[in-house]
Amino acid sequence: MHDVTATLFFEQLLNGLQLGTMLFLMASGLTLVFGVMGLINLAHGSFYMVGAYATASVTAATGSFLVGLSAGIVAAAAVGALVELLVIRRLYHRPHLDQVLATFALILIFSEGTRWLFGSSPLWLSPPEMLTGFVTLPGGVRYPLYRLVIIAVGVLVAIGLYLLISRTRLGMRIRAGESDREMIGALGVNIARLYTLIFAMGAALAGLAGAMVGALQSVQVGMGEPVLILAFVVIVIGGIGSIKGALFGAILVGVVDTMGRVFLPSLFRNFMSPSEAAGVGSAVAAMLVYILMALILAFKPKGLFAAHG
Amino acid sequence: MDKLKSETTALPSLPALPGAWFDRKGLVQIGLLALLFLAPLAAHLLGHIYYVNLASRITLIAMAAVGLNLAIGYGGMVSFGHAAYFGLGGYIAGISAYHAFDYSLFISWPLAIPGSDSMLVIWLAAILLCGLLALAIGAISLRTTGVYFIMITLAFAQMMYYFANSWPTYGGEDGLPIYIRNSLPLVDTGQPWTFFLIAFSGLLLAMAITSRMMKSRFGAALTMARLNDTRLATAGISPYPIRLVAFVISAMITGLAGALYADLNGFISPTMLSWHMSGELMVIVILGGVGRLYGPLAGAILFVMMETLLGGMTEYWKLFLGLVLLLVVLFAKHGVMGWLAGRERHV
Amino acid sequence: MSEVVLTLNQLQKRFGALQATRDVSLELKQGEIHALIGPNGAGKSTLIGQIAGNLKPDAGSVHLAGQEITALSVAQRARLGLGRSFQVSSLAEPLSVVRNVMIAVQALQGHSFRFWKPVHRDESLLGPAREALERMQLGHRADTPVSELSHGERRQVEVACALALKPRALLLDEPMAGLGPEGTAHLTELLEKLKQEVPILLIEHDMDAVFRLADRISVLVAGSVIAQGDSAEIRRNPDVREAYLGD
Repeated sequence: MHDVTATLFFEQLLNGLQLGTMLFLMASGLTLVFGVMGLINLAHGSFYMVGAYATASVTAATGSFLVGLSAGIVAAAAVGALVELLVIRRLYHRPHLDQVLATFALILIFSEGTRWLFGSSPLWLSPPEMLTGFVTLPGGVRYPLYRLVIIAVGVLVAIGLYLLISRTRLGMRIRAGESDREMIGALGVNIARLYTLIFAMGAALAGLAGAMVGALQSVQVGMGEPVLILAFVVIVIGGIGSIKGALFGAILVGVVDTMGRVFLPSLFRNFMSPSEAAGVGSAVAAMLVYILMALILAFKPKGLFAAHG
Repeated sequence: MDKLKSETTALPSLPALPGAWFDRKGLVQIGLLALLFLAPLAAHLLGHIYYVNLASRITLIAMAAVGLNLAIGYGGMVSFGHAAYFGLGGYIAGISAYHAFDYSLFISWPLAIPGSDSMLVIWLAAILLCGLLALAIGAISLRTTGVYFIMITLAFAQMMYYFANSWPTYGGEDGLPIYIRNSLPLVDTGQPWTFFLIAFSGLLLAMAITSRMMKSRFGAALTMARLNDTRLATAGISPYPIRLVAFVISAMITGLAGALYADLNGFISPTMLSWHMSGELMVIVILGGVGRLYGPLAGAILFVMMETLLGGMTEYWKLFLGLVLLLVVLFAKHGVMGWLAGRERHV
Repeated sequence: MSEVVLTLNQLQKRFGALQATRDVSLELKQGEIHALIGPNGAGKSTLIGQIAGNLKPDAGSVHLAGQEITALSVAQRARLGLGRSFQVSSLAEPLSVVRNVMIAVQALQGHSFRFWKPVHRDESLLGPAREALERMQLGHRADTPVSELSHGERRQVEVACALALKPRALLLDEPMAGLGPEGTAHLTELLEKLKQEVPILLIEHDMDAVFRLADRISVLVAGSVIAQGDSAEIRRNPDVREAYLGD
């Protein structure tokens, strides 16, 4: 009995980690775009959806998940760059209200446009053959290989982002842009191109997340929205503009959300009838990350790793 | 040149003019109200119930947006979570009717609270509970500013949404029907025209309260909190309680509109709490003209007309809504009221 | 001697390795203008922040009319009688001049949670606001939107807003900045009259104005007050000459 609980706990911890790494892919783009350009982008979930749809379509056409995945990332980056050029760059100096509305409009356009092109029923995307099946982890836990791969990809991206920002010229410019927008202009950096690049990079990460998760769940219109809102919670908790905060917040939110959904109903069973406990437990679990966010903000109104003073 | 300058500076010293019914702005405002009242009256007389109900829908969405406009337009608080109050108001109407219908108790402990099918009771409950919820959410959210505020109000509304979705007692994600419209003494609320008159009175009341309040001392303080909160604090008035009270009143108006909206539809579901709802209310405020008394009304008319006309032509009508909204935000910042009635002047 | 209105007592403020305020003490007495001068980067803004309530000192205290205000917020200090003007204009641009001043009158009366009576014909607000404007010789601009005012007029409105609070002390942060010679002369004249009623702590770059107006001068360098005295003493002080005229 005890063993079963421990196994379940460990398994759910990994699930939480997997959700966390995907949230990080979303949140890092959002937080970079806010940190460097001061822009709040609701349409980030649309790039997640674009990545998933492109991956599903190309995988279906070519039969290769890897080709599909590459296509998904490229498509998301390209759509991101296009959106930046056409719309987003007109919004950098506008009030947040305008940014919210314009990017809300983009969501409507992307969601309905996708529904028009692909119809309302979900597309199917399954992970490549060689990544299906289970692996046995130390301690005897059997865990789906594909989910482990997702975690690994997330960790690799986090390391890659860290190296990119701390070790490269591009990273130096990004850091300069975060601390002083005028300075990078003075350094002679082509800001317009830098912004497009950062935006497209964030979109590509969102597309990657959408494609990976799309193979786990289903590819459908609106799939980016719940993830987007969780990603907002992540960056608010972590401190808007901070990559480190995004990583920490993503893991925290991923684990708390997953664990809450599994363990809260059984916790409530200790002092309620089973049917009541299931209802109350799942309702409270659904609110858990938001309660967590409220608590953190009550003490730290700028998040845990506030990047700007 | 000098003459021109003295003319422009002399303009604001004619305080009798703004608000007079015969200037351009006054005509547009009277026209909008008359349109909203006379069109359903004609439909009622001709027996087209559908259009009477459509006008009630416009009216209640406009009323919800009047509440949001108080926060965004007058208070500068960009709330992306007003669906929480709209939906809570709706759920109060739905839940109350549900318990009244089968004579069960809403709460049995510590005191027994039965359901009620009286609109007066429901309105009072909606106003009070939405006010309380906004007090709690606002107290935390208003400690932050800018993007944080936007995202936090969004997140709290999502919390309500997911709660309603996974709470099975009141229908979960399927929602809850209101079998018999809640009642008022002396009138038959089931009559579309009667219901329209109730909704229309609610809208007028909300607009009158907003207008009167914004001219008062509280309104002066709120305006200063929006334009320059340093000036307000330097004068010795803390901006935080001013904003919080405005936020609460804003939520109360939106919540009351939500309670009526649920009765109009005879149905309540988590959709009323969703972030699309918050977004659409915001869109209406901006389409109409942010911070304008009649902006929400103009925005709601435009929004529901687009929904009805475009929605009749294509099921992808929101694609076009998105395009229109994008163009308005990028190129026509002052909304319908700015376009019809000219720029607003503060004096 | 005359009564002390505002006292700073051994204020300390540190940002990381930088000691921005070092043991600063000074007094503002009834009927005087006390000028605070210092080269750029001397820590004037940090000191103002601690007096006005935007920053909390690490140590030391601020007293206004005998009451300790060190831990109070900006709004609370204003209610106790600290009026201030800003280096950068902090007026509400779209509103008329009189509406900007009225908010101070309203604050003084202490009733902002009144939701019914319109302010635009409330004589208990309009009267004192107009009076404060008259004192700054701006009565004729009362109904003009601030956005249409000249730079100098905005400075005067700022002071009028502070005056409308019926303050015990005024904190004026570089009121002459950006004014032409004519504007500076005009404002200097107004302040000279004003000091009889309200003592003024004047932070100012314009040395001619400072030497003409100030009864006492404190010189801030690298976070410390290096000299205090009247104009003649400060002019003669070798440390001040060194700090201002170069190494």
